[in-house]
Amino acid sequence: MVKLTAEEDSLLNGDAGEVRSLAMRHIVEVARFFDAERLVPVSQAHIMADTEALGEPGVQHLERLAQYDWDDRRVLIPTITDPRGADFKAYEKIRHDTRIVELEARARDAFIALGVLMTDTCINYQTILPPVKGEHLAFGDTGVCIYTNSVFGARTNYEGGPSALAAGLTGRTPAYGFHLDEHRRATQRIVIEETPDSYDAWGALGALIGERMRSYYDVPYIEGVTRAPDSDELKHFGAAMASYGSTAMFHIAELTPEAEDACDSKSVLPTTRLGKADIDAYQSRFRRDDPGLDVVVFAAPQLSLLELQKLAGLLDGRTVSSAVSLIATTNPEMKAAADRMGLTEKIENAGGILLEGVCFYQMHARDLAAANGWHRLMTNSAKLTNIIAGYGYEPIIDTMERCVDSAVAGKVMS
Amino acid sequence: MSRLIKGHAGIGSGIVEGEALVAKDNFSARYDLDLKTGRFSRPSHKLYGESFSGRIIVLDIAKGGVASAWMLHVLMSGTHRPKALLLNSANPIMAQGASFGRMPLIDRFEDDVTTVIKTGDWLRLNPSAGTVEVV
Repeated sequence: MVKLTAEEDSLLNGDAGEVRSLAMRHIVEVARFFDAERLVPVSQAHIMADTEALGEPGVQHLERLAQYDWDDRRVLIPTITDPRGADFKAYEKIRHDTRIVELEARARDAFIALGVLMTDTCINYQTILPPVKGEHLAFGDTGVCIYTNSVFGARTNYEGGPSALAAGLTGRTPAYGFHLDEHRRATQRIVIEETPDSYDAWGALGALIGERMRSYYDVPYIEGVTRAPDSDELKHFGAAMASYGSTAMFHIAELTPEAEDACDSKSVLPTTRLGKADIDAYQSRFRRDDPGLDVVVFAAPQLSLLELQKLAGLLDGRTVSSAVSLIATTNPEMKAAADRMGLTEKIENAGGILLEGVCFYQMHARDLAAANGWHRLMTNSAKLTNIIAGYGYEPIIDTMERCVDSAVAGKVMS
Repeated sequence: MSRLIKGHAGIGSGIVEGEALVAKDNFSARYDLDLKTGRFSRPSHKLYGESFSGRIIVLDIAKGGVASAWMLHVLMSGTHRPKALLLNSANPIMAQGASFGRMPLIDRFEDDVTTVIKTGDWLRLNPSAGTVEVV
């Protein structure tokens, strides 16, 4: 049975208003479901709440909360947002339905009324405030969660939007899953034969590992990585693993902070070997007989400043074919930096579109496909490759260089 | 003669009764359902074309991303609503979504519910106790 502190009990009983009481009731219900014995204080919450997921009922729920007095409705800990469903500054460039934009504006206004910071990002760990080892958090996006647990050694479960908001309103989350030591230990061993050297190959490797995980509580221990990957490589690796596997944590031998304590004896863990042939086979799944191409997308996760620099460098002085759209997404902070440093100009001069505060699959991708005639999609993101097929697209994965070459040629270059 | 199946204490209160809709397949609120027609809409799903409206959905494992947490609320606010969801294994997002969306949910049963319950069976659930009676 979950034991509450006097303060938590008081929140539950409505001493701090109805909004916090409802939030605490939700937290206690989830705690009971997972046999959590207590709640744990969290220092930040990250809310996944684009309008495609919220729907009209979700937006109305937020608007009802926003009606309460400020003292009753404001979040108690720093609470930030995942990418939104529309870029308010650039939605016309991709023929976004204005009804979507209006719904998105209502959701934004309600969140602001609750004291939420509109960071609109799934790379908060690179650009807002990186987590610290041992820090307990209530993070939403699966890519954010897996990076937070694995690379920083901080602690979070997958918190859906309602739970992340409840954590923001109470400063608590149930102590189950990845908040507890026992769930952070390795359950499977993966030996890789070659260290990937591009974002798409890191993503492919993450996808292959994710596919081999059987549940949320499976944690892979990865050996054979011969150099320290950079943050963007690990971002693609983790996001793909989480997308394919519902995986929330990995260890890389001699590299990630909890790897040393992840298992007593590696030899008893079920072991899988993965090599270059496996990565090639993954990419081959998406090869097509004809070179038709509609849209090239760099997103999922949003691009860091360094990825934007690389993309701008590849596009500099070239022109995207009129038959193809090229879209990159980042967060408002990195967009402002890219504007300031001349990167946006290089991307736009080549005919590319740089969107802020959104991610491709979280902005009503099915409607965008219909409005723009997009079907065949090329990307260097394994996560996007996994998700976007569910929206009726035909994805192809390749390197950022090959994606840009294809956008310029107006057809898939291989 | 009725049969009692014991699961883990679930989400929801009171007693819920309804007809079972069963398959040995997984469940994603985002990708498997058409909320407008109230039917399973992913062609590769074993319940493709079946109406979930007013029935108790019985499936194997929860799938899908973080968005499901809001989407169960959208589902339960619509005209075509299932009465409850029984899974062999839920995940955090499904539990959070069921709590927020007020959709009764029970999982972790002593038997495989996709085998012991058949489509058309009449079920009586007690979510807080985690029990299912096949009447």
